[in-house]
Amino acid sequence: MRAQEKVIFEYSHPGRGATDQWPQEVPPSATADLPQHLKRGKRPLLPEVSELEAVRHFTRLSQLNFSIDTHFYPLGSCTMKYNPKACNQYAMLPEFLGRHPLAPETHGQGFLACMYELQEMLKEVTGMQAVALSPMAGAHGEFAGVAMIRAYHRSRGDLARNEIIVPEAAHGTNPATATMCGCVVREIPVNEEGDIELDALKAVVGPNTAGIMLTNPSTLGVFERRIEEVARIVHSAGGLLYYDGANLNAILGKVRPGDMGFDVIHMNLHKTFSTPHGGGGPGAGAVGVSARLRPFLPTPIVGVEEGNRYRWLTEKDLPQSIGRLSGFMGNAGVLLRAYIYMRMLGREGMSQVGEFATLNANYLLTRLKQAGFDAAYPSRRASHEFIVTLKRQARELDVTTMDFAKRLLDHGFHAPTTYFPLLVPECLLIEPTETESKDVLDQFVTAMTQILAEAQQEPERVTSAPHTMPVRRLDDVRAAKQLDLRWKPTA
Amino acid sequence: MAFIPHTSADVESMLATIGVSSIEQLFDEIPASLRVKSLDGVPVALNEMQIGRLMSERARADGHPLCFIGAGAYEHHIPAAVWAVTTRGEFYSAYTPYQAEASQGTLQLIYEYQTMMASLTGMEVSNASLYDGASAVAEASLMAVRANRKSKSLRILVPRTVNPQYRRVAVATAGNQGLRFEDVPFATDGGVISLDALKKFEGEDITALVIQQPNFFGQLEDVDALTDWAHAHGIFVIASVNPTSLALLKPPGEWGTTGKGADIVVGEGQPLGVPLSSGGPYFGFMTTRMEYVRQMPGRIVGRTVDLSGREGFTLTLQAREQHIRRAKATSNICTNQGLLVTAATIYMSVMGPVGLERTAAASHARAQELVSALTAVKGVRRAFAGPFFHEAVVLFDRPVAPILASLASRGILGGLDLSELYPELGYAVLVCATETKTTSDIQSYVTALGEASAAVRAA
Repeated sequence: MRAQEKVIFEYSHPGRGATDQWPQEVPPSATADLPQHLKRGKRPLLPEVSELEAVRHFTRLSQLNFSIDTHFYPLGSCTMKYNPKACNQYAMLPEFLGRHPLAPETHGQGFLACMYELQEMLKEVTGMQAVALSPMAGAHGEFAGVAMIRAYHRSRGDLARNEIIVPEAAHGTNPATATMCGCVVREIPVNEEGDIELDALKAVVGPNTAGIMLTNPSTLGVFERRIEEVARIVHSAGGLLYYDGANLNAILGKVRPGDMGFDVIHMNLHKTFSTPHGGGGPGAGAVGVSARLRPFLPTPIVGVEEGNRYRWLTEKDLPQSIGRLSGFMGNAGVLLRAYIYMRMLGREGMSQVGEFATLNANYLLTRLKQAGFDAAYPSRRASHEFIVTLKRQARELDVTTMDFAKRLLDHGFHAPTTYFPLLVPECLLIEPTETESKDVLDQFVTAMTQILAEAQQEPERVTSAPHTMPVRRLDDVRAAKQLDLRWKPTA
Repeated sequence: MAFIPHTSADVESMLATIGVSSIEQLFDEIPASLRVKSLDGVPVALNEMQIGRLMSERARADGHPLCFIGAGAYEHHIPAAVWAVTTRGEFYSAYTPYQAEASQGTLQLIYEYQTMMASLTGMEVSNASLYDGASAVAEASLMAVRANRKSKSLRILVPRTVNPQYRRVAVATAGNQGLRFEDVPFATDGGVISLDALKKFEGEDITALVIQQPNFFGQLEDVDALTDWAHAHGIFVIASVNPTSLALLKPPGEWGTTGKGADIVVGEGQPLGVPLSSGGPYFGFMTTRMEYVRQMPGRIVGRTVDLSGREGFTLTLQAREQHIRRAKATSNICTNQGLLVTAATIYMSVMGPVGLERTAAASHARAQELVSALTAVKGVRRAFAGPFFHEAVVLFDRPVAPILASLASRGILGGLDLSELYPELGYAVLVCATETKTTSDIQSYVTALGEASAAVRAA
């Protein structure tokens, strides 16, 4: 990879600038009406660079990144699949980019048609009865989902139900979301095969149960086999089932959350439906619900009237709605990309996603087992992802999961998810996705094998990795203790 | 197969390695009763040429009207370099920078972004962004509850001059945790918060006051007096600001006469290089003083050194976040709006302090020109006296919905009808012009307004 790049402020020269990109100067009289005490004194610290300097700097920065376009990125639970170029190109047509969010419906029938059809397709692939698109990320969708569960219980006068049950392997967002919704979290254990302990579940449900949040397949990379029994236990206690769609890619076209008994689901469109992760966002966390939660959906939603006229449904149409979660209608441009992706896949492509994601994961798991690595759940099929535990290697060779992860970077592979889920020691959560070829998976096995051999023969090469990145391991303790959160000019 | 590279030889060899006879067998742990029967509700696949044609038709149906709506989303010129670089795969298709060594590009960019936002708002620290301007007000309110240790009430004052959608989002987001968002009326002559209206809260426990500058009507609040009042009563100041305006207007870090400034600054980042795009993806920004950094939600990037002593960048203060703290986290937020922050950072670099100032001044000049041109039309006048920035409320002498509809049919989006949000204002429209509008565009609006009024009268 490239060496480091200066901070952009270090390229700055007073008086330099991309003047052709700026509007023409207006005379000072144009701002004379602004009261002096409301005006800015000193100009902000922004770089003064030419367009070329800016383009070169940010292009160089981009070259310091791993990305799907440049590297295999098997981050478990993140579904780093290929982001098709067509999705970006057609979502960025000038009319879509230029459309004001408050433009009247007469000037949005094309956009609204896409959104309506997206809602319909998402209903079909999840088996839910209604969908809202406005949540702007997975965690935002979780928030909407749990808020709907609360609103549902309250609407029935069932005010005591404020407990959300989560399995111990759940994403951190699940308990954090429950707290944001004013709920109390009850964690339950899973057994050694990765399934929920039903006795623990039975012991915890009751008149205070608002619901349970589940990912299925779970974050352990295995399908919860007794999901129907789980649904029965929670429903008969008066609680609702929340499906965290983080792992929807595993079952797309094969099983639908609605058919498993879930009442509400969020979908990470940036995972399953291949919208870009963008270095940490934007996402889109559309939510789907069963009939009984439909009145509580967040607004706005797209409806259709006679003559195929599309219109926004707002609080007037859904008086029991949990309300608005975004200033306008959520991450519209992301939703367009998901729409284009789904139309390109079509109904056949949907089931191929689940099938080939699962094939790739099981193949990679088998090959890694053959290469001497330990599966965390050896008796189980992999879903679209699986866990390898390096507990034995850590004990015998004094080489940790973190060391493996960093050494993989030197081999040109982004590290899998490390140390999550928290309950499996020294774990790597590996998700290859369906868009990777067998050749790439084989190369990854070769790299893992070489690192294992290196850990036996020359362990310090592994424990001091990476060696080929722009920086070596960073001092996180110093970062948190001697906070340096913005650049300051040297005096 | 769409985006799946496997040949049939690959599949056979992979199945043999696994030791199963079919892909189907890999799903044998899933109860048969649950298996999908059909997905008939999903249309058959389109190839790239077909979807391209469909999307072009859909885009054409939206048209490209001349837009004079603002109200929280603003059309500005976006230099070509911004999205040409932002959509590079290395930015576009990267994940959250957890593996710092393989994400230095994204991390350094966020550090540069934090520097720019802190300076623009006059504050000490910035996070790496939130979902949008509306949710940022909700997160700022939750943060104020944590940071304002003097207050126990969870009461947040949200004047009626704050974007009403922001209030709704705050209620939906933070209401479940017991926060209460209370109205403060505005002075009907100036369209700004009146200090008199605030007086009734004196002596009560209030956690924070939200001040939007310019406010929802485009009017400029007397931020110094409001900030001083809040601080004199132990109330946090949450500033909600338009970033473009900050090139001309006093940064919230300098609000008030005591030198303390606002406590938390948030806003909608869209004007900084992000297209209107039907409302998203945008990004919310948040800055604060160093003493509150541990109460701030969202990702934060810090500069540190590596094992060899070389400078590098990493996510820091992660102990605040959901993946560590779980139920006790400052927020459930995981993502920032990374790609939009990328665009904004490139935008601010290409514009620089001078380009941004020119944009703000040109927008202000165009808005003044628009308001003058409209109020020269018989039956149209300004709703409020006093200074405004790049949008303003004008009053018509008759219901505005039919006029706006008629304007729209002439390819002009004439502003936002305020009759539902602010019925007390009468026949009010919020109109906006930025540097993208020319004198001839404004003349087109005035001409079309004449036609539209005549058409409505005739109907």
